[in-house]
Amino acid sequence: MNAPGLTDALRAIAHRDLLAALRHRADLLTTLIFFAIVASLFPLGVGSDTALLRVMGPGVVWVAALLASMLALARLFASDYTDGTLEQLALAPHSLTLLVLAKIAAHWLATGLPLVVIAPLLGLQFDLNADAQLVLLASLLLGTPTLSLIGAVGAALTLGVRGGGALLSLLVLPLYVPVLIFGAGAVEATAAGLGAAAHLSLLGALLLVALVFAPWATAVSVRIAVE
Amino acid sequence: MAINWFKYSSPASFYPLAGRLTPWFFATAALLVIAGLYISFFVAPTDAQQGEAYRIIFIHVPAAWMSMFIYVVMAMWAGIGLAFNTRLSSMVASALAPTGALMTFIALWTGSLWGKPMWGTWWVWDARLTSELILLFLYFGFMSLQAAIDDPRRADKAGAVIALVGVVNVPIIYFSVKWWNTLHQGASVSLTRSPTMAKTMLLGMLVMALAFWMYSIAVMLMRVRAIMLERERNSDWVKALEERRP
Repeated sequence: MNAPGLTDALRAIAHRDLLAALRHRADLLTTLIFFAIVASLFPLGVGSDTALLRVMGPGVVWVAALLASMLALARLFASDYTDGTLEQLALAPHSLTLLVLAKIAAHWLATGLPLVVIAPLLGLQFDLNADAQLVLLASLLLGTPTLSLIGAVGAALTLGVRGGGALLSLLVLPLYVPVLIFGAGAVEATAAGLGAAAHLSLLGALLLVALVFAPWATAVSVRIAVE
Repeated sequence: MAINWFKYSSPASFYPLAGRLTPWFFATAALLVIAGLYISFFVAPTDAQQGEAYRIIFIHVPAAWMSMFIYVVMAMWAGIGLAFNTRLSSMVASALAPTGALMTFIALWTGSLWGKPMWGTWWVWDARLTSELILLFLYFGFMSLQAAIDDPRRADKAGAVIALVGVVNVPIIYFSVKWWNTLHQGASVSLTRSPTMAKTMLLGMLVMALAFWMYSIAVMLMRVRAIMLERERNSDWVKALEERRP
């Protein structure tokens, strides 16, 4: 019997992960509700002054998206690690880097994309105008995959480690800083009447760099974890 | 004569060497600190704009330099440990992390002390302060990850990955924060143009930087000796040490 080809393997992994995510719909909803709650807490904390909220809006939505995406990271490898699937992936005849990339892509489709889709609703709460909403959408669309890619390294490193969740945030949040700056910066620049092109280009550049290095570092980390 | 380059890559032979070198590095550090502080307080002129308060840069700038330098050196040793599976390199990386975090903390602290009279505030969200703060978090992440993993070899490798990811990110973080906001005064020391400060000020800073460097090496050697003893406590060479010292 021939081993399945690389594309078959990638498709199978992505399909399986998406199916598993759909079967655990409650988990996906938790991430989304967390996103909405965090963003809704800010007006309660700083007051309901519309002018202030309009200034803070992009940053708040971005920070909330970043925290929600980090919260979802723990599920990226955890169950595969406990049931031994990850070990089988590491033993597979295909490049672990690409297999891991398929898992990250499926994870982003299941947790990152829904965040992007509901973000404009939260933008409305902060009274962002139509242009700013569009840029918010674009910046999250470019930024959240980067968050998933960088986060995957941290998720793989903390597999089976004591205090995984808090440790994961300590490892990953400092690395999220550039994405946050350019993501929120793009929306703020639009709101201030400047173009968002520079910020969006930089977000795209970060995505490309993460796309090249992060799966590789994740694969190394997975090997360290299953060794 | 053939030189055995790998003689000191084994903890058993590095342990006594580190023990012999430590006092020398400490002595050099002490002499340089005395010389550096003398230059800083008695030779360097008072700054025209900032008065005497500027003198904190003789601690602040060397600490900031060392905080970044140690991170790069730590990532390098961790990377060597990951690539060549050499135990000692990873131990050196682990031994450097607390010193690096200390330097980062000193840089932040002294910066804040300087900021109060100069900018009128303890803290501003300026590019260098913010990236230095994030560097501190990176050090904490590296140390916490290593502390959370019980198997030392896995801790070494996992730490190496996060250190290398961090070292790639430090410049990205720096520039992103820089474009985000900047208030800090421009770099006074540059390799491409002549320094804008008095020669004696520069000398004081360089001497202090050397002193911090020697101190870091000495402390690293002490710490790596402790790590070696702890990790290799069941090996023959550690047992032989115990027998020699009743």
